[in-house]
Amino acid sequence: MFSKRGVMMLAHNMHDVQSFQRHIHSNRLNGVDNRWLSTAEAKAFCPPLNVLPDARYPVMGAALQMRAGTARHDAVAWGCALAAAKRGVDIIQNCPVISIRRGADGSVEGVGTVKGFIRAKKVAVSAAGHTSVIMQTADVKMPLESYPPQALVSEPIKPIFPCVVMSNTVHAYISQSDKGELVIGSGTDQYVSYSQRGGLPLTEHTVAAICEVFPIFNRMRMLRKWGGIVDVTPDRSAILGKTPVKRLYVNCGWGTGGFKATPGAAHLLAWTVAKDEPHKLNAPFTLERFTTGRLIDEAAAAVAH
Amino acid sequence: MQAGGLGADQIQQIQLGGKMSDLRISDRGRVDHARPVRFTFDGKTFAGLEGDTVASALLANGQHLMGRGFKYHRPRGVVTAGSEEPNALIGTTRGPGQFEPNTHATMQEIYDGLSTESQNKWPSLKFDIGAINDRLYMLFSAGFYYKTFMWPKSFWDKVYEPFIRRAAGLGRSLTYLDPDHYASRYLHCDVLIVGAGPSGLAAALTAARSGPSVVVVDEQAEMGEALLSEPSVEIDRDQVWGWLASTLAEPASLPNVRLMNRSTAIGYYHQNMVGLCQKLTDHLSDVPADAPRERLWRVRAGQVILAQGAIDRPMVFDGNDRPGVMMAGAAQTFLNRFGVKVGVRPVILTSNDSAWYTAFDLADAGCKVAAIVDTRTDIPPALMQAAMSRQIEALTGYTATATSGRLRVKSIRVNPVRGGRVGAARTIACDAVLMCGGWTPSLHLFSHTKGSLEWDAKAKAYLPGHKTEAVHIAGAGRGLWGIAAVLADGAQAGADALRDLGRKAGAATYAVTNDRTGTGITQKELPTDRSPSSAKAFVDFQNDVTAKDIRLAVREGMRSIEHVKRYTTNGMATDQGKLSNMNGLTIASDALGKDIPQVGLTTFRPPYTPTTFGALAGYHKGSHFEVTRKTPIDSWAVENGAAFEPVALWRRASYFSKAGEDMHAAVNRECRATRQSLGIFDASTLGKIEVSGPDAVEFMNRMYTNPWAKLAPGKCRYGLLLGEDGFIRDDGVIGRMRDDLFHVTTTGGAARVLNMMEDYLQTEWPDLQVWLTSTTEEWATIAINGPNAHKLLAPLVEGQNMSDAAFPHMSVAECTVASFPSRLFRISFTGELGFEVNVPARHGRALWEKLMEVGKAYDVCPYGTETMHILRAEKGYIIIGQDTDGTVTPEDAGIGWAIGKAKPDFVGKRSLAWPDIVAKGRKQLVGLSTENPKDALVEGAQIVLDPKQPKPMKMIGHVTSSYWSEALGRSIAMAVVQGGFDRMGDTLHIPTADGGSQAAKVTGSVFDDPAGDRLKVE
Amino acid sequence: MLLIHGPYCDDTLPELEFAYAGAAHIARPADPMSLSDEEWRDFLYVRSNPRGLHAERWRYIHGCGRFFNASRDTVGDKFSVTYKAGKPRPDLEKAVQMSK
Repeated sequence: MFSKRGVMMLAHNMHDVQSFQRHIHSNRLNGVDNRWLSTAEAKAFCPPLNVLPDARYPVMGAALQMRAGTARHDAVAWGCALAAAKRGVDIIQNCPVISIRRGADGSVEGVGTVKGFIRAKKVAVSAAGHTSVIMQTADVKMPLESYPPQALVSEPIKPIFPCVVMSNTVHAYISQSDKGELVIGSGTDQYVSYSQRGGLPLTEHTVAAICEVFPIFNRMRMLRKWGGIVDVTPDRSAILGKTPVKRLYVNCGWGTGGFKATPGAAHLLAWTVAKDEPHKLNAPFTLERFTTGRLIDEAAAAVAH
Repeated sequence: MQAGGLGADQIQQIQLGGKMSDLRISDRGRVDHARPVRFTFDGKTFAGLEGDTVASALLANGQHLMGRGFKYHRPRGVVTAGSEEPNALIGTTRGPGQFEPNTHATMQEIYDGLSTESQNKWPSLKFDIGAINDRLYMLFSAGFYYKTFMWPKSFWDKVYEPFIRRAAGLGRSLTYLDPDHYASRYLHCDVLIVGAGPSGLAAALTAARSGPSVVVVDEQAEMGEALLSEPSVEIDRDQVWGWLASTLAEPASLPNVRLMNRSTAIGYYHQNMVGLCQKLTDHLSDVPADAPRERLWRVRAGQVILAQGAIDRPMVFDGNDRPGVMMAGAAQTFLNRFGVKVGVRPVILTSNDSAWYTAFDLADAGCKVAAIVDTRTDIPPALMQAAMSRQIEALTGYTATATSGRLRVKSIRVNPVRGGRVGAARTIACDAVLMCGGWTPSLHLFSHTKGSLEWDAKAKAYLPGHKTEAVHIAGAGRGLWGIAAVLADGAQAGADALRDLGRKAGAATYAVTNDRTGTGITQKELPTDRSPSSAKAFVDFQNDVTAKDIRLAVREGMRSIEHVKRYTTNGMATDQGKLSNMNGLTIASDALGKDIPQVGLTTFRPPYTPTTFGALAGYHKGSHFEVTRKTPIDSWAVENGAAFEPVALWRRASYFSKAGEDMHAAVNRECRATRQSLGIFDASTLGKIEVSGPDAVEFMNRMYTNPWAKLAPGKCRYGLLLGEDGFIRDDGVIGRMRDDLFHVTTTGGAARVLNMMEDYLQTEWPDLQVWLTSTTEEWATIAINGPNAHKLLAPLVEGQNMSDAAFPHMSVAECTVASFPSRLFRISFTGELGFEVNVPARHGRALWEKLMEVGKAYDVCPYGTETMHILRAEKGYIIIGQDTDGTVTPEDAGIGWAIGKAKPDFVGKRSLAWPDIVAKGRKQLVGLSTENPKDALVEGAQIVLDPKQPKPMKMIGHVTSSYWSEALGRSIAMAVVQGGFDRMGDTLHIPTADGGSQAAKVTGSVFDDPAGDRLKVE
Repeated sequence: MLLIHGPYCDDTLPELEFAYAGAAHIARPADPMSLSDEEWRDFLYVRSNPRGLHAERWRYIHGCGRFFNASRDTVGDKFSVTYKAGKPRPDLEKAVQMSK
């Protein structure tokens, strides 16, 4: 279900070019494909792209990760659920956790849910936008804020869009699903919110950005727009590791980028829970870094540590 | 003749469809029978009437087949008469670039010259090769994307994915640029009424008469909704259409009322903001020049009344998707509003009274209603009587178990259900099956507000519960039946809204005769005597989801309705579940053995109907996508052949090439000219903030790392600004004009810096007497650099002694330059003798031209940002955001000297004491000299100690700046490197994109004139 | 799009005219250098991020330019009260009642 159709990041100014070159070089030395495309190569790779030099933000080139692509998120969730169930994991649907319970010595004892208490020796919290709320019940205060991102899909059309395109400068994210819908992402509204509602101005801005980079989609129609909740850390990098509470672990702070990291993050979380210590890959992504000053500008560094 | 008594031969003899003259009833409906309109469908010309939709015109021509299903490509006919239509989606074309896919044939009005086409078929609508998928039914069950194509794995890339990708989508893709434009507006009103059916109009009348501003919106071309389909009703002793005309005339004549047709309320946002999309030209044959195609309205309403009615539910049974099987309510609309019989021999299949009236209207219009098949046994006697009087056979307590017919339904198979047992089948010949399985209140917009929907066991529907906004729901949306009831409810909603606005109003009352009230039941898929596993009983027509798929999803472990939806794709088609959600939920709850409210409800999201991107983007396209900031000297640069680059919102001249020069040659020339004689540069984009007041120096001390108390007026200093996290945010030269006035310059991020300063001033230190003013756009700034800069400038200056002693490096003065009032800085971002002249923006170009004129004596050379970057790099001056990212401290950047060590506090100081900030081995900014001087490094390239190590490599830093230095005849670069200050002279390696590697030596970052001799006036 | 009441101009205007400015009532310590690393972290980074009433700051960027405080429900996004910077936290329960 993983479609390696290529992910292209558009550069619209010199700062973009420098950042993406940093990504490309860092990715390559990590063994991950990433290469620079000229404007003409970007156009050839993604024909709907507007490369006219008089565009408000002309395309100066692009970084292309050819092996990257899209995966059907539901299928990933169900596939993981199925595999976990086969290994003896109980998955309880429609069962929100209300609290994390701690014992007399402060270590974790289990979780209270709407359907009753579940005793556990170890608890891992992987609750995305609701992490602050859940962790609060264990008396752990987090360096997180939850913002409402929006995403939308168009009506389905015949395949026209061969890859995934992102533009940080114009604020555009777009791909075409296997069903034919254009899948479009946006930034977040400016304020902290759990409402999952989202305002019209952000939708307008997002669609305008798409039409700016791909003007041929002007007559397409938006089918559905939805709002989510993303948890954001002060340095915009994830937190994945131990907490001040013994045997309580947390995986959070992925912002709008969580889904791509899911398989990797899951392995690291499992490692951390099983061994009670982080894997070397998630070792820098501690909660303590906000007490020691070792912040991570991951967006700039593209995981070169 | 008994309908059930027909033999196969006789079935064949029934004229399917009939001729247009048979199907269109002259003088009936609201179409203009005197005005024929011609349009094309799949290349064939059709005639319709003014007022027709594409659907009604095609139906009048006997054409039910209008599309193909998404997955099985089964032939599909129109099923509704409105925007909830899942099947009759067509491509519509006006001209080049004016094509749009997936248009509702039921909403698109016809006009002369309209060209339409069917979708999702190849090679033709009648013969579609994709329909082979229909034979592969078992393969394409629920979750087919997720399971079928997962094995074997190697097949995914080569076989399955390309197959799915080709089969994807509905409409043809767009290929041309859209020549149309789109508008948008704000609108404020006291009462917004969504839906102009009986309840909405009654609400509007009540509200309008009381005087507040009222807006009524309706998605249809004509207002009236249900009233348009019920001509036999009388309101206040007036035939309903007469009542409608006078009702619409009244508010239309009032200045406080705005009636908006063809306008869809797409979304209900916070605090009673409702987005509307108004279609302006898609119904016109001749479009006025420059008319916008659509307009987005952002309406802010004091009170909102939602009167969106209800949508009828299909019946779920084998073969319920054949062309000719449609909603009974739609058939009634086509008959009464458009004068079109959808068939000449319909069968009614229902569990609700409402469809009986459809049968009666059709019979009265001359159709032979073959039977009314009702799943209920308990039918109101009046209905039975009315059916009998029209000689319509009523089969009560019956189920439907199959249909026949390929491109059009030919018969329906029905069976009695007695004591839970399905009895012997009987086949009824027909050319249409008109069904009604209940009514679903339209609460999409209410749902957008996060208002709660509560299950009403009696109405068997979700009805509005807790409200989060100032909203009232009226009419069928509250589960009410009949014109009288919804009129009264609408009037009451209008009165309630007025009351909430603090106004008084009585709700009008209406006398309704011939009202058609009734009841009904809803149900899961109909019982059958055949194997349910082979039944194609569709729940979601467009996405081809069957009852079996939903039960399979539950069997496979999906417990939440949200999972069932995603697993089956039920409700995810372009109608967003308007027809399918409730049937899907009913079947899922049955499979789960739970009550419907325990299973939950999927969330409705905006927009109510699909909304054109162009309308959402509005004016924000092309050069209006975002403002372009231009300097006062920009026009000169345009006239003199500058190449430009975007820098945040600014456009800046990047270089000025002369004939025959490429960028490289131009930049080298500009660099040489500046170092050898004189360069001139437009630095107006420099952010400028005035910090003034008695406590200005204290404020500067707290904000910036540097000490300011001892900086004398007339002097300037490099200032460094940190975030509270200790990392570098901004820098710039800051001049002290007077004791209480600082002229602060920033990077391009001036707005951010000013916001940060205001934040501290207003909220942390409100006791400080300081005023902050953005002056970026007040001043044009021209930088003059080079050995001859002083010679050029000194003669033009009045009011300031320009001698080296009186006006040394890092001085600032208020004086005149070429008789323009000026703030003159002696500073340099090039390492050359340099000045920055600030003059009021309106004089910027005049001063520039004067300096160009006078500067001829020194071959003055205008240069752009490229040259500026090189000249500063040769001196090791950093650019925030290029040589730093979000985690670089002053010490890391080698500018720790800019920190006032004696100061007790400044923004960011505490964080500089974090353990990991004072730790060894941090990345530090150094120079790099490539071993081969002709080698240039790539900005962003990563640095390693051992280029031959296996991947993943250990990276110790990256190149931040890299240029060809014409002055030094070699490449230069800056980089951040772990422990860089301790690696001076070491050789590091920079792997290249081609797999090779470049070697470079760590150096200091000042490449040219480290002693700074050239800053002096000779 | 939210409607926001600016307490300085005493006018209720659309969100587009304002800029969100993070959590409120987190005063910068008078002497940051005397704080422990943990205390400095709590000031700088730790946020309550509640599901419910949130004390937060906004700035009327297209008007008076003033920062002010607000209490808003993060579940419904509805403001219960806005008030001038420097004013004490209002009685929130009372404010919620008033806004209903």
